[in-house]
Parts: sequence; structure tokens; C-alpha cells
Amino acid sequence: MNEVDFLLWVRGPGLAIATVIFVLGMTVKMFEIFMLGRKKNLAELRGTGVKEGFRTIITRSGHVDTYSTRNTRFTHIAGWVFHIGMFTTIFLLAPHIEVFKSIIGFAWPALPTPIIDLATVIAMITMLAMLFHRITNPVLKYLSTGQDFVVWTLTFLPLLTGYMAYHHLFFSYTLVLGLHILSVCLLLVFFPFTKLTHAVTLFFARWYNGMMAGEKGVQQ
Amino acid sequence: MSEATLERGLNALKEVIDTPMALFFSSCTHCGMCATACLFYTETENPAYTPINKVEPLRRLWEQEYTLVGRIKKALGMSKPITDEELEEWKEYAYNACSLCGRCTMVCPVGNDITYMIRKMREGMAASGHTPEGLVGASTRAVEIGSPMGVKLPALQAQARHVEKDTGIDIPFDVEGAEYLMLMSSMEIMNYPEYLEAVSRIFHAAGKSWTISSEAFEATNSGIQIGSSDIARQLVSRVVNAAEKLKVKTVISPECGHAYTAIRWEGPNLIGRPFPFHVKHILEVLDEFRAEGLLKTEGFEDARMTFHDPCQLVRRGGVVQQPRNLLNMVATDFVEMKDHGIMNWCCGAGGGVSANEDAEELKMKAFNRKKHQLEELDGVETLVTACANCRIQIEEGLEENEIDMPVVGLTELLAEHLVEENKTEG
Repeated sequence: MNEVDFLLWVRGPGLAIATVIFVLGMTVKMFEIFMLGRKKNLAELRGTGVKEGFRTIITRSGHVDTYSTRNTRFTHIAGWVFHIGMFTTIFLLAPHIEVFKSIIGFAWPALPTPIIDLATVIAMITMLAMLFHRITNPVLKYLSTGQDFVVWTLTFLPLLTGYMAYHHLFFSYTLVLGLHILSVCLLLVFFPFTKLTHAVTLFFARWYNGMMAGEKGVQQ
Repeated sequence: MSEATLERGLNALKEVIDTPMALFFSSCTHCGMCATACLFYTETENPAYTPINKVEPLRRLWEQEYTLVGRIKKALGMSKPITDEELEEWKEYAYNACSLCGRCTMVCPVGNDITYMIRKMREGMAASGHTPEGLVGASTRAVEIGSPMGVKLPALQAQARHVEKDTGIDIPFDVEGAEYLMLMSSMEIMNYPEYLEAVSRIFHAAGKSWTISSEAFEATNSGIQIGSSDIARQLVSRVVNAAEKLKVKTVISPECGHAYTAIRWEGPNLIGRPFPFHVKHILEVLDEFRAEGLLKTEGFEDARMTFHDPCQLVRRGGVVQQPRNLLNMVATDFVEMKDHGIMNWCCGAGGGVSANEDAEELKMKAFNRKKHQLEELDGVETLVTACANCRIQIEEGLEENEIDMPVVGLTELLAEHLVEENKTEG
């Protein structure tokens, strides 16, 4: 298989297989979660908690606690910067929008490529800083498992290979573009079976958190 | 309790795993933010005390039993089973180093209710027999004697007679059809007799009928602290039976945090049906009296005062504004701690920590958080709270740190300023 064959395979059947695994995997995952159910709360409730649930989805992106804010500033800011950089790159780069258009049928305006380039660099630098933080901070060192480093790598590779492709670094463009798409395939394949699922489940988790507090009349 | 085994423990854990919990475990990215929200971590810097770590065996069980990858790994013999040794190690994390205060639940960026999970984790710890001696003792006394501290009815009756002699007001026992059933905590009966006197005078002045049940006067519930729903159910049922027998409209939880959670929020779920009566914390009732003009006070405290929010009342209970309304009736110089209300810091002794001798040293370390908070305030002279357990921990902590600051219960503070018009019961 030469570079062209590789690129053709990975952007055709490769990506299709990865997408199918992603969709099926997430379906199974959500089924596993919601099949468990939750017992009805029989206490005399102060409210349904529905409103508080939705509110917590929004408010939990910020901090309410002065002490934690001071002591987790790095995690907090790095979390924001990395996610914004990554989502900007994924959703606002013109060639990416073309891919989405071919799947869902419509497009949206792209950002100029130099801005995307900057966002990618910021996201990668932030990720490297977060990795350093993970291996040096005592709490993170204690909590971290192999999977934390696997998902870090799975997230970092598409950013790195995308950057390499755009700047024509190290290898031929065809090969690097193939590797870029392959890294996205890997991300999709592993997504439903690792903590990458937080990207989806966190909204439900926040909702339950706010809802259960709201039932008791606790406003977050 | 029936014989505790690992198998029973694992079954108990499987039973508590539900949709919210699966979402929480699926969402955790090991960011470590919950550590800085936990006073057991901030005051010791022991990474093992990071809240999410306290449920690690439960997470593994969820993964092995309820996820596709986990089941495949288990079938291939690639997963680490949960053992007695591991649960024994986790006893320190799940009991000694957790007061179920709920602060981690408020800061988790993905929204995990970690406290909810630790409370459920204790069900498996209790069923597998990995529980601290002190809590086993308290639970046994609660079941056999009727109180975790071994307080019996005659002790309460003697206290009631003293109060009657001092105030000339009857303390009603077993009065059918009374509006309110008053519960007490053992700590109040043993250490803070002021509470009973205060409520009897306030209710007398308000002209409200109330009673104590000689069959169920204890409000605390060791069952929810140790994590045994069976014991918790048995203790809640006593109160429910008494309330139904006396046909009261409302059961009043005393100045005790976890007692409120036990009867107000867990109670109906433990017995499997809604209560035919309301459950209110004493501060909720007093605030209603205030709003109806039934609680009148005179004079003000000159001292600069602050209020320590009991975790189970605010974050886990939704009683936030009432103590402030009440305190403002009698305090002219009331200042809030930096993190207060739903973001207050725990006293360090809730959730069974105070009954657990293994945690004695740790709970005093944890108290340093409250000490720092008090030091941040300028010249506070009196600390007011509404939980006898918080109160005794704070008193002990202040004494250990040689800080001279009186700690008072809000109900008794209000009673000191009560306008008594000798209203008779209507």
C-alpha cells in the first residue's frame, strides 16, 4: 500500500468503519447508563428540580467556591483554553466544514486559517502543560491511570498531525494527511469505551446533580 | 445486622448503582478539582483523600458489571476483583476522611454528585463488615437502646422535669392530636438542655401545640451514617409509627444536620412510601412563626456574630435563608464567613466522623479549615450554629486552639430574646 492508497483507504472505508463503531458504541454506552434507572424520590419535594438541572448544566462551567477557585486556577483556565482551542480547530477550519457538509448537508462560515493555526498551537501547548501538571501534581499523580494518558494521546494526535499537514512538516503531505485522518479514526473508535465519553455524559451528569439538589430546594 | 461478608457487600454495591452514578463515573476525567473542595484533603494534603478516590472500588465494580468493555475484561480475567483487603483500606477514606458534607458535589466541573456516591458506597462497606468500631457501637446502641449515645427515656424525662420547674411550662409527652412532634438528638439531651427549654418557651409563646413521643424521641440516625439502610429504616420507622399514632401534622427535626437528612430526605425512601405528615427542621418552623408574627423578640446582641451552616441543612437540605432571617431578629452585627450558605465549610465531624474513634485525630486537623475561616473574619466574638454535633466539634476545636469564643445554638439564642406574653394553648 503506497501513500495514496493509504490516504484513500483511511478517508473512505477507514473513516466509515470508525464512524460506525463510534455511533454503535455510543448507543450501547447510553443504553448501559439509562437502563439502570433511578428510583422515584418519595420525599416531599420542594420542586421538580428540572429547572435547577438545566441551570446547573450552564453554571457548572464556572466556579462558585472562592477557595477552590484560587487553588485550581490552572486546571480551570487550562481546561477552558484547551477546549476552546480544540473546538475552534475542529468546527471552524474550512476543510473540516467541508467534511461536515458532505455528511450533514449544510455548512457554516469558517475562520481564517492563520487563526485556526494559532488555536491549534494554543490547544497543543495547553495540553502539554496539562500533561506536565498531571505527572507532577500530587493529587493528579495519585488519581491518574493508564487510560488518562491514552486519552490524552488520542486527543493530541489529531491536533499534531493536522498542524503537520498544514505546515507540510517532516513527511509528504499525502502521508501526513492520511495519518491525520487515521488519528481521528482512532479517536472515534476509542471514544465510546473511554472517559472521552465525558464530552456527552457530563451534560446529563450536571443535570442530575442540579436536579437532585433542586428537589431539596438547593439553588446552585 | 446479619453476618457481613464480601459477597453481601458486593451485592449491596450492585444494588445502589443507578443511572446518575453511571453518568458520574462516565464523566470523571480525573481533574482533581474535588480535592481542593474537601477539608480532609486541604488540611492533610493526602491525595488518597481526594473525594472521587473514596468511591474507587465502587467505580471498578460498576465498570466490571455494567459496561461492555468491563464485562469483556472480566470475562478474559483482565480485571482486578474487589477484595476484603481493599475495602478495609478504603474504610479510612470512606468513613474517617469523609463527613458527607457535599462540598465536592458543588465544585465538580462535570457535575458529579460524589457525596451521593460515597453515601451509597457505605452500604457496601457496612454489608461487607468494613466499618469503624465507633459507628458499629453507635448503631447497635441506637437499635437496642434507642439512642446512639445510650440515652434512655428516663434521662429525657428528668431533663423535662427540670425545664418544667425552671419555666413553669409543661413539657407534653404523648399528646394525641398535637400539631407538632418534637424530636431530640442525644447530644441535646446530654450536653445542651438549653434546647428543650428554648423550644418549650417559644412554642408556648406562639400558642402552638406540640408533643414528645416517649416511644420515639431520638432524631439521629446512625443507620445512614454507617450506611445500613436496614438499620436506618428501622430507626426511621419508629418515628413514623409514633407520628402516625399521635396523628401529628408535622415532625420537627432538631438542631442536628444528619438527623434532618435522615428523616426529611431519606426517610420516605427508606420505608418505601411518602409520609402522611410534613417533616421540617426546627429553623424552618421558627422562621414560619416569625413570618406569621408568632415569634417576637426584644433586644439585640451587641457581640459581632457569625453563623456556621451545618452542611446537611444548606447544601444537602435547602435550609439556607431561614437561619439568616432569624439571626437578624436578634443580631445587629452579623457577618458571614467568606464561603457560607451552600458553599460553607464543614466543621469536620459530620457524617458519623464524631462517633468514629479512628477519626479523632483527623477530625481535629479538619477543624483547621473552620479555624482559618474564623481568622479571616475581623473580630467575631460569637459563633452561632444549628446542629449540636457541629457545635460540640467547634467547641472542642476552639478549645484545642485556645480560642475563646462562645458557640451557641440559634434556637436558644432566639429564646433568650423571646417576648413572652403568656399566651395559653389555643
